[in-house]
Amino acid sequence: MIPFDFEYYKATSIPEAIYLFQNLFLQGRNPLYYGGGTEIITLARTNRIYTEAVIDIKGIPECNVFAHHDHKLLVGSAVTLTRVSEERLFPLLSRTCSEAADQTARNKITVGGNICGRIIFREAVLSFLLADSDILIAGPSGINKKPIHEIFKQRMRLQRGEFVVQVHTDTDYTKLPFIAVKKRRIGSVGYPVVTIAAMKKEQLVRVAFSGVCAFPFRSHQIETILNDRLTPLETRIERAVRHLPAPLLSNTDASAEYRAFVLKNTLLDVLTALEEV
Amino acid sequence: MRQFLAIGTSVPRQEASEKVTGIAKYTNDINTTGLLHVKMVTSSCAHGTIVSIDTSKARKAPGVRAVLTGRDFPILTGSPLADRPPIAIDKVRYHGEPVAVVVADQEYQAMNAAKLVDVAYHPLPVVNSPTEAIRSQAPLVHENLASYKRFEAVYPVPGTNIANHVKIRKGDMQKGWAESDVAIEASFSIPQSDHAAMETRCATAEIKPNGRVEIYSASQSPYVIRDMLSLFFSIDPSQIVVHTPLVGGAFGGKAPVQLEFIAYLASKAVGGRKVKLVNSREEDFITSPVHIGLDAKVKLGATKQGKIVAAEITYLFDGGAYSDRAAIITRAAAQDCTGPYRIDNVHCDSFCMYTNHPYATSFRGFGHPELTFVIERAMDILAARLNLDPLTLRRQIAIGPGDTTPTQTVLTTSNVGNLAQCIDKLKEIIRWNDEPQVVVEGHKVRTKGVSCFWKNSSTPTDAGAGAVLLLNRDGSARLVCGAVEIGQGTKTVLSQIVAERMKMNVDQIYVEMEVNTDTCPEHWKTVASRSTLLVGRAALAAADDAIRQLRHIASVVLGCSADHLEIGFGRVYQKDNPQIGVQISEIAHGYRLPNGNTIGSQVIGRGSYTMRDLTSLDPETGKGNPGPEWGVGAQAVEVEFDTKDLTYRVVRASAVIDAGKVMNPKAARGQMTGGMSMGLSFASREAFLYNKAGIIQNPRFRTYKDHRYGDHPEYLVDFVETPHLEAPYGLRGIGEHGVIGMPAALANSLSLATGIAMNRLPLTPEAIWREKKENTGDSFRF
Amino acid sequence: MTIPRIPKVSIDLLVNNEMRNVVVRPSDTLLRVLREVLGLTGAKPGCENGDCGSCTVLIDGWPMKSCIMLAVEAVNQQITTIEGLKDTPIQNAFLEQWAFQCGYCTPGFIMNCHALVNIHPDANDKVIQEWLESNICRCTGYEEIEAAVKSVLSKQRSDGRYSH
Ligand code: FES
Ligand code: FES
Repeated sequence: MIPFDFEYYKATSIPEAIYLFQNLFLQGRNPLYYGGGTEIITLARTNRIYTEAVIDIKGIPECNVFAHHDHKLLVGSAVTLTRVSEERLFPLLSRTCSEAADQTARNKITVGGNICGRIIFREAVLSFLLADSDILIAGPSGINKKPIHEIFKQRMRLQRGEFVVQVHTDTDYTKLPFIAVKKRRIGSVGYPVVTIAAMKKEQLVRVAFSGVCAFPFRSHQIETILNDRLTPLETRIERAVRHLPAPLLSNTDASAEYRAFVLKNTLLDVLTALEEV
Repeated sequence: MRQFLAIGTSVPRQEASEKVTGIAKYTNDINTTGLLHVKMVTSSCAHGTIVSIDTSKARKAPGVRAVLTGRDFPILTGSPLADRPPIAIDKVRYHGEPVAVVVADQEYQAMNAAKLVDVAYHPLPVVNSPTEAIRSQAPLVHENLASYKRFEAVYPVPGTNIANHVKIRKGDMQKGWAESDVAIEASFSIPQSDHAAMETRCATAEIKPNGRVEIYSASQSPYVIRDMLSLFFSIDPSQIVVHTPLVGGAFGGKAPVQLEFIAYLASKAVGGRKVKLVNSREEDFITSPVHIGLDAKVKLGATKQGKIVAAEITYLFDGGAYSDRAAIITRAAAQDCTGPYRIDNVHCDSFCMYTNHPYATSFRGFGHPELTFVIERAMDILAARLNLDPLTLRRQIAIGPGDTTPTQTVLTTSNVGNLAQCIDKLKEIIRWNDEPQVVVEGHKVRTKGVSCFWKNSSTPTDAGAGAVLLLNRDGSARLVCGAVEIGQGTKTVLSQIVAERMKMNVDQIYVEMEVNTDTCPEHWKTVASRSTLLVGRAALAAADDAIRQLRHIASVVLGCSADHLEIGFGRVYQKDNPQIGVQISEIAHGYRLPNGNTIGSQVIGRGSYTMRDLTSLDPETGKGNPGPEWGVGAQAVEVEFDTKDLTYRVVRASAVIDAGKVMNPKAARGQMTGGMSMGLSFASREAFLYNKAGIIQNPRFRTYKDHRYGDHPEYLVDFVETPHLEAPYGLRGIGEHGVIGMPAALANSLSLATGIAMNRLPLTPEAIWREKKENTGDSFRF
Repeated sequence: MTIPRIPKVSIDLLVNNEMRNVVVRPSDTLLRVLREVLGLTGAKPGCENGDCGSCTVLIDGWPMKSCIMLAVEAVNQQITTIEGLKDTPIQNAFLEQWAFQCGYCTPGFIMNCHALVNIHPDANDKVIQEWLESNICRCTGYEEIEAAVKSVLSKQRSDGRYSH
């Protein structure tokens, strides 16, 4: 049960959503765009988020697109993780999305919500980081397309009033060999100790991580180290782990030290498999 | 040969169809318009003095009717030791403790106002484990321990954090050690965890203008709620009625009284209006009582042949901030500390320690899963030291008739099950002699670990139950009793007991699901796997009483002596000429004569039963008879362990239990497999994680892991039947037993697989990794 | 233009094939509205955090945790609760297999299983696990729930074979 009141607006077009946001913002109602809403509801219940108005974007047609178009795969932000998993238009994305939360929750959680959420794992973003995708953003200044590497740094860097409409990915990337592994504390539901998504393009391996640090990331430095095939794999991995962009995460799922152990082993499995491709 | 009609068949649950259609009602499903909602403000500090509580903003919030703090009703509750204010007074002792309570028109208003209560704490040093708690310089959780009222045998040590100290002194330790060829010693630890019943705890309270107090509660102990309210708030017990509808899982966690006190106080604060208090999952995890933790040390001495001649055991239970039933669990573990083995010289000190953790209460097995983990790990360590097969060692010292328990009770064929037979049967079903205990295939290792157990209850010497059997005009019958249906199926088994005795069709016996303390005969509590014994005996007596009445009426109708009459199949008939008889439906409400007069009137059978021959334990030696019978069993867990990433899968879990008599095979199997799943779950993953300040990091299912679909193994379950002569049809309690040996069997299996003694729960891959690192220095598999 | 504040809204919900008009706070979850306004208490709160599945209902045939969905979101969608299922194969299988004890998780499990057997009649062990691990049962060891789902799946399959 949510202890406070907010209003609910269901936008049916991008301009309407933006208009609503601006107006509600000016009236001091701290509006939030609302996708699957699962995170907003759970944070609101425990007073970790406050808003007086939510703007549901699930009724916006552009946000529901999930199709190949003109050499691009378009993924609307309101597309559910279940849809992404079942319609395997981008198998790596399907794979990583099918490991988030649990099956019933994935019927509600959206791609946009997962990527823009506060929960630090945001596993849906990994595939897009690897595929150098573009993010289509709507906001007061109109609709803009930005490379993911510019807009996603540890988390989505959106300006006030902006929301993600779609993610565009070159179709070629959706066909590359890949591997994705999620390791949990125990059992098969829950946050990651380590999630690694990797793909191979032109003999080079690309790797993105979630659960390792307090944010998901892809690091060119780490990729350079890992692709240095003249060095033994174990040494490369040891080296890569020394170049993480932030300290290893330590939380209820795993201590930092144990994470290092899982990370190294998982990397070993992932790279061994991909190098054989 | 007796012929069983109802006993031993898988009669469907009485309430089955309600449960699959969604109409089954639990406490929080009862919607009443106009009731007020209660929300607790809980402590964000694990140990601290309350500097101030500012309720002014909350009082002004929309819909708020009252805000209460502990000072408003400064009383101490709790049993056996009254050490707990329902709402904290002057200091808080655990993270999650109630510090204020808000009553409002709507639940969201109460939640909103709760957030506006401003509490300032002055933090105190935190006692974060029972081992820390016993150190001489440890901060005191309770400064005034000496002044607390005691209601049962309990031995707190003022000036320390010891809430209870139970001693077992049996035989001659010096002699034992002198006879020992080998000795092993080990330490163990089990963190606090939770019952995590799917229904969170919930209570409503109303004080009517005439002073009648009406409570609804999701509880295992409705009669105790009545008695405790009466005791602590000086209310005439006849003025209190407690209702308990179906309960959504309990596992011991719904035996204590907590929310009911708060709901009562909240109702009192709003002029007696009806109020409802429902735990959020977070509150249910940490504010309400939890599953106990334990740090333990064991030393065993044995001869080369494998006779254990000395056992020295120390338990430090993590009872948390208030003693509650943890004080009695401390005794339960001590009384059965040796496990089901013949050991002549035993020395056990069992301490219930106060810590700044949530307070602990009964959990399925009542100290036995914990004591079993300790002793059964030690048994495996000893077997390895002696180079003996672990089941052979256990089999040769399995306790049995003629032996004495740690509390020096002499065992008989009735008061203890047949462990040797359980072990033999277990060996068969797990192919112990046909397959090696360890099989290595590449980087996978398959191992089997075993555990035996025994379990007695810690029942008050006067625990009892009553039952009333009302006959309906159509010859069917309705049983009214005080046992709560928490999912264990007791009410169905009771219908079988009555049907069997009356040789009736079991669908003709209805058992009332809701307990109402005004109208249902009293039953101690629905705990300790004792309801089928206590209420079962009462129900049998009620059935016998009804039979006597039916035979009496029939004797008049048939013009013969009642002694010549037999009952069964819906009739009362002559023993030697069954053709001559009368339908029960014709006499259930008296036999109607042609002129409209009746012979006799409605048949109402009544029966009651009280536990016999129990004695309290001697405070110096522990001598005494703590409960009616020891159930026994042998269990095994087979794991597949991955030596590369240190993960594992439980492939198979097996159990052979002495059930005395299997009353309802499907229900019995479900009790066993459910218990086994719970045991594996808590052993493999469940634990509260505290930071240095004693703050719990994982009070949600997202981070508090428990078994889900797919984590479950294949189950092999079998029973042996050694009757307990005191119980209906010889049955023994089985409700808790599936859980008991699982943690030990899993740890034994993993210790074999990893080559490292896994003596600390939970057994997560990270825990294995840590132990491996500490023991071998490896941290990376390259 | 100022957008007026609307503390409560009147909405029509299609629940178990009946159109029901309810007045709700927009921040009310579907679970609370079903239970407290419509009196459909079959869906149970177990965590209200999306973690346990005891509140599962069907939205247009798909299982959904009603505690992490606003009631206003369910407008124009078909809501099915346990009260809307009568004598379905999965309910009967739960009875036959003893797939519950306390029964508290049961409505949520049944809704999830019901959707599973409809949406994935060919579900294999992996799919069954993926779906059912969304719910927690604390009483059973999951063995009976597994048997119940599998019995419906295999019955469906054999019926399909004979009728075609
Ligand atoms: S109550 Fe909705 S998932 Fe637990
Ligand atoms: S039957 Fe009790 S939680 Fe599943």
